[in-house]
Amino acid sequence: MQMTVDLNRVGAKGAIAEAAEGKWGMSIDRDLCTGCQACVAACAMENNISFVGEEDAGYGRTQHWIRIERFWEGAYPNVKIAGGYQPMMCQQCGHAPCEPVCPVFATPHSDAEQLNLQVYNRCIGTRYCANNCPYQARSFNWRDYHTMPERGNMVNGKLVFPLHNQFNPDVTVRRRGVMEKCTFCIQRIHKAQDKAKSEGREVMDGEFAPACAQACPADAITFGRIDHKDSLVSQRSNEGRGVKHLEDLNTLPRVTYLKEG
Amino acid sequence: MAVLSKYLPGAKKAREDHFEKDDPRQYLMHDPIPRGQMNEMVMESMHATSWKFWMVFGILSVLVAVCFFYAWGYMIAEGLWVAGVMRPAYWGIFLVNTVFWIGISHAGTFISAILRVFKAEFRRPFTRAAELMTTFGLIQAGASIFMHLGRVWLSYWMFPLPNQRELWPNFHSPLMWDLLAITTYVLGSTMYLYLPLIPDLAMARDRSTGWRKTFYRILALGFRGTEGEWRHLHTAMNFFAFAIIPVMFSVHTIVSWDFAMAMRPGWSSSVFGPYFVLGALHSGMGAVAIVLFIMRYTMKHMDYFIRKEHFDALGKLMMMVSFTYAYFIFNDYIIQWYGGNLATDNLLHWLEEGPMSWMFYQMILFNIVIPFAVLWIPKVRQTPWLLAVVGLLINIGMYWERYIIIPVMLTINNMPFTWKLYEPRIEIYLTIGTFALFLLFYMAASRLIPLIPVWEVQEGQMAHTMRKIGKANVSTISDFE
Repeated sequence: MQMTVDLNRVGAKGAIAEAAEGKWGMSIDRDLCTGCQACVAACAMENNISFVGEEDAGYGRTQHWIRIERFWEGAYPNVKIAGGYQPMMCQQCGHAPCEPVCPVFATPHSDAEQLNLQVYNRCIGTRYCANNCPYQARSFNWRDYHTMPERGNMVNGKLVFPLHNQFNPDVTVRRRGVMEKCTFCIQRIHKAQDKAKSEGREVMDGEFAPACAQACPADAITFGRIDHKDSLVSQRSNEGRGVKHLEDLNTLPRVTYLKEG
Repeated sequence: MAVLSKYLPGAKKAREDHFEKDDPRQYLMHDPIPRGQMNEMVMESMHATSWKFWMVFGILSVLVAVCFFYAWGYMIAEGLWVAGVMRPAYWGIFLVNTVFWIGISHAGTFISAILRVFKAEFRRPFTRAAELMTTFGLIQAGASIFMHLGRVWLSYWMFPLPNQRELWPNFHSPLMWDLLAITTYVLGSTMYLYLPLIPDLAMARDRSTGWRKTFYRILALGFRGTEGEWRHLHTAMNFFAFAIIPVMFSVHTIVSWDFAMAMRPGWSSSVFGPYFVLGALHSGMGAVAIVLFIMRYTMKHMDYFIRKEHFDALGKLMMMVSFTYAYFIFNDYIIQWYGGNLATDNLLHWLEEGPMSWMFYQMILFNIVIPFAVLWIPKVRQTPWLLAVVGLLINIGMYWERYIIIPVMLTINNMPFTWKLYEPRIEIYLTIGTFALFLLFYMAASRLIPLIPVWEVQEGQMAHTMRKIGKANVSTISDFE
């Protein structure tokens, strides 16, 4: 007798997530990534991410939603790049470890976009989601960096913050005590969907891109629908070099890394 | 009670010594004094305060005001950046304190409920001291959880309160289970502390005047000591003693699940439940030894109630718990190591030779090596200060154990780029604050409620008799609870 196990039935939860409609995804070509950090800067501008300053950043409190991980061999000054650059952000897992552990449902899964949402005003700051994220992709607002007095100018006895003028009005400014993370620029997704709907059509592949993909000079980041077989991101992800990060944890990430050479 | 088999000529002195050693009066249960006198002794131990008491009380009050309330208020006003938590150690000393204090609270229930259910007679004079540790320890544990939250003023969102958006708390979250388990434990253990206290409060009511009389009258619920009242009380205590034991096991198992349920190297371990329960008992027993030592040497008449035999019995328990703890720690680490998972392997090597390895080795030394090495010696077990020192070392070791599990293990994860060592900042003050608050509560309680369950001691003394069976003197108990 032949023993067969239908993996889709065994991993029912995962199978449902994999079969979901409307999945947005990303592919990152590590062959093309030069580690220039343009995506990091663009993401910070787009998503009103705090500048934490030198001291806090050095202590491990950077708030970048996307970070460029460098891997090197040896100790300074005899350093050799080994492994290259790896942009790392929220992988928008289909079976996300961060979601079930939140005691107040501040990080639910969206049915429409198949993303992990972070509800800032529901978050009470237990930081369990960040602990349970195998990608360490979440960042916590340790303090109100954007209203630190030393960041403002004293004008006629009033503290004004000129940098507040460059906030993106489409994105919340998070207060301290809440968790945040990459949203795949959900505000851009919604904008494109609204536009397409008003014109009576579907969102076209490549019609818009999140800030990181838009800013990447080497075009290493591709964004689109991964449940459409003919989208550019699906083609790139399936061309043979694609790997999922920490795939053995069964988190079903939506980001595919295209390995070097 | 050994029997002297032969009388050597000229060994009269030795014989006297021998009789003295076996004198049943060295045991509290065989050294009864009249009930009125014992009641007076306990009342006096509550009333007698010296300038030293008030000095320590004052210092602790200042520490609580500064290190607990001011420091916490400062942290709430400023944000969590004043603490040392960061990526990847999102959890720091606050949760170490939570686990530590829940551990301390376990000994209370273990000593009073399990030993009461199994009728271990040595428990009688110090069940209350242990139960108080449970209640006060849980207060510190609860406070530490709230300190840890990023937006503590919204913590009521964890409770299933009706709200406009019909949002429920997430019952999938281990933190939610934690909240429910700890709340159950606080309520259960407070009831369990209160029930055996009622006869003693009634005793105190009958022997006080002024505001104390009012205080005890309200708390004693009109207990007069009729047979019917005693029967109801015994039924209720019996019920709670059995009910609180599974709650105790579940609480620390669920606390361990906060870690074991997470996908992290070092945490994801199925042995964490019993391992944490045993660890809790280990630190709790040590804490009971310290508390008994302090009680015996600072409170009046306590040398009558707390004797060598109690330290001896506690020492034996500590040794047994230490053996079991060694078994669990071996079981946890050997499986993690043998599995050979890359991240776990990195973590174990880092514990072995990283900057925090001193903590790892001290943990092994204090929790396993020292108890193994000294507690089998009767002399050590029966010397109160030595046992208290062993208890203190075990507590330091257990604190390190939790420190290793939380911030140190969080340092190593699947993403090597984020590895970073945690350093505590304001957490140190808040830790001092919780310790001071615990001691302050305990000192206040020692002057407000009888720390010795008088009725339990008297009941035991009534039940114990020496009988002669053949040539042997045998201690017998007529106790049909």
